[in-house]
Amino acid sequence: MNRISKIIFSFTAFLLSVPAWAQQRFPKPEFETGYVQPATSQAPPRTLFLEYLDVFMLVAVLVVATWFVVKKRSRRGVLWTSVFALLYFGFYRQGCICSIGAIQNVTLAIFDPTYVLPFTALLFFVIPLVVTLFYGRTFCAAVCPLGAIQDLVAFRPIELPKWLQKVLGIIPYLYLALAVLYAATSSEFLICRYDPFVGIFRFDAEFQMLLLGGLFLLVGIFVARPYCRFFCPYGVLLGWMSTFSKKHMTITPSHCIQCKLCANSCPFGAIEEPVEEQGNRRSNVQRLMTYLFFIPLWIGIGGLAGSMMHVPLAKFNSTVYLAEQLVENPELKQDHEHIDARAFMQSGKSMDQLVTEAKKIRSQFYWGGWLVGGFLGLVIGLTLLKLSSHRNRYDYEPDKTNCLSCGRCMDYCPVKN
Amino acid sequence: MSDKKEHKQASRREFIQTGMRWTLGVSLAGVATAAALKVSADDYVWQLDPFKCVYCGRCADYCVMTPSAVKCVHAYDLCGYCDLCGGYLKPDANALSTAAENQLCPTSAIRRKFVEDPYFEYEIDEDLCFGCAKCVEGCSSFGNGSLHLQVRHDLCVNCNECSIARVCPADAFERVPASNPYKIKGDFSVGTDQSNPA
Repeated sequence: MNRISKIIFSFTAFLLSVPAWAQQRFPKPEFETGYVQPATSQAPPRTLFLEYLDVFMLVAVLVVATWFVVKKRSRRGVLWTSVFALLYFGFYRQGCICSIGAIQNVTLAIFDPTYVLPFTALLFFVIPLVVTLFYGRTFCAAVCPLGAIQDLVAFRPIELPKWLQKVLGIIPYLYLALAVLYAATSSEFLICRYDPFVGIFRFDAEFQMLLLGGLFLLVGIFVARPYCRFFCPYGVLLGWMSTFSKKHMTITPSHCIQCKLCANSCPFGAIEEPVEEQGNRRSNVQRLMTYLFFIPLWIGIGGLAGSMMHVPLAKFNSTVYLAEQLVENPELKQDHEHIDARAFMQSGKSMDQLVTEAKKIRSQFYWGGWLVGGFLGLVIGLTLLKLSSHRNRYDYEPDKTNCLSCGRCMDYCPVKN
Repeated sequence: MSDKKEHKQASRREFIQTGMRWTLGVSLAGVATAAALKVSADDYVWQLDPFKCVYCGRCADYCVMTPSAVKCVHAYDLCGYCDLCGGYLKPDANALSTAAENQLCPTSAIRRKFVEDPYFEYEIDEDLCFGCAKCVEGCSSFGNGSLHLQVRHDLCVNCNECSIARVCPADAFERVPASNPYKIKGDFSVGTDQSNPA
């Protein structure tokens, strides 16, 4: 009985003075019957050794894939390597850790002073880029589980019109810029949140994400590797590296005999056909100069547009969103159903603090908007420049930027040594 | 003549390629070095600080795993072993008994065991718990707060960004070193109490 009255007393005291917070309202009893208290279990996380094993596997699979692509020239080898990568990095590691997402860890490490970057994440970011700088996108060919799952369903690839490929090709730059912006402002990890395949790897996700993943695979039957070509932000970085790679995969092992057998073999539209410069050279150069001249203009327009977008862009930051909601609807502060508002009121922070914080983040988005927009302007300007430039080409060659080194074209080449 | 011109073009192209390769290599090295200043050899995992938690219930809904990898854990050192347990019983419970209608837990994941008069032990069946934090709210409001939530690392897939962390209204989720992956209350509540003169 004594205990119950104690409870009632302390409950009244609790109601009267809410902030008077004591951990031990009821001291632990001293047992007389020799009761042994159970231990609170603490299941350990995955051991560190296994995390470094993942890095080892990344290097090993990359080496094997590169060997199959560059040295052995075996499509079959690439295919089975990619199946292994899909099983290991996809279904066993459940899509996490991945190089694409590591972009955000590296960004956060640079911008957030409190964030500690696991060495494994840095290695996952750097290693594929370094290998690509030497041997082309062999990472895409057979190491990335997202690429592998799409590659396996590309049954009936159709050729997209060139203009559509160019336009859709801008999206990864936008995605990359936004992902970096949101990571740099510590808002969220966009790439991981909207990873369409991670739910499939885990056999568990929100319905919308599974739907998105299914949709990507369905589209992927006809448009080969839609995520890799038109969304993947890491693909942008790999594309840059691959463009200037030292030893990229070639369609033919020695010389091209212009047989055209490989012309339709690439499901990604990444084979460049022989072209001769057309028209007057002088006017071509002049046109190129005009496009070059317009690039600063593109950057300016892009930057301005990006900075004007900073208010809606910042809405995805939870602090900014909460501040906006509470400023617009002050009655929400009393709403106990509104979890965020309730938690904010409980936290003891003042409205001024919240608004100052939100304003600071918004100004980060303002300058970030300039950078994102300017970057996109540059990309558009350079895309147009590249479209208008002509380079004489006599052989069928892989487009080093967009070639995923899958090796399909090698099988079609009749020149065998 | 044309041979010479072509040769010149080819070597110019080669020069640009090499130059750009070096530029990219150096930029990558720069980014990697800037990031490497923050590097740690340890791995990092997600955990929630039970002292920041406001028991909103989102842990149950937003985890990528079904059911959630966040479970209620019991810090026995903090428990008062009360008969009238705010974490086990509904506020309007008819009787201090294990009858289903009296239990606060929607899945009956808390097992109540008689120890000695008038004390009861409360144990969590983690297979049934889905991290809704109803008991945590009850225990923290009316009791010692010995029931609290923790990310269970045998269940957590350690997403790059925890999807609960993104929506946690109290910012209770943080990345912690994998070598010290729990923030179980009993372990450090003494220190926290002293530093928190409430």
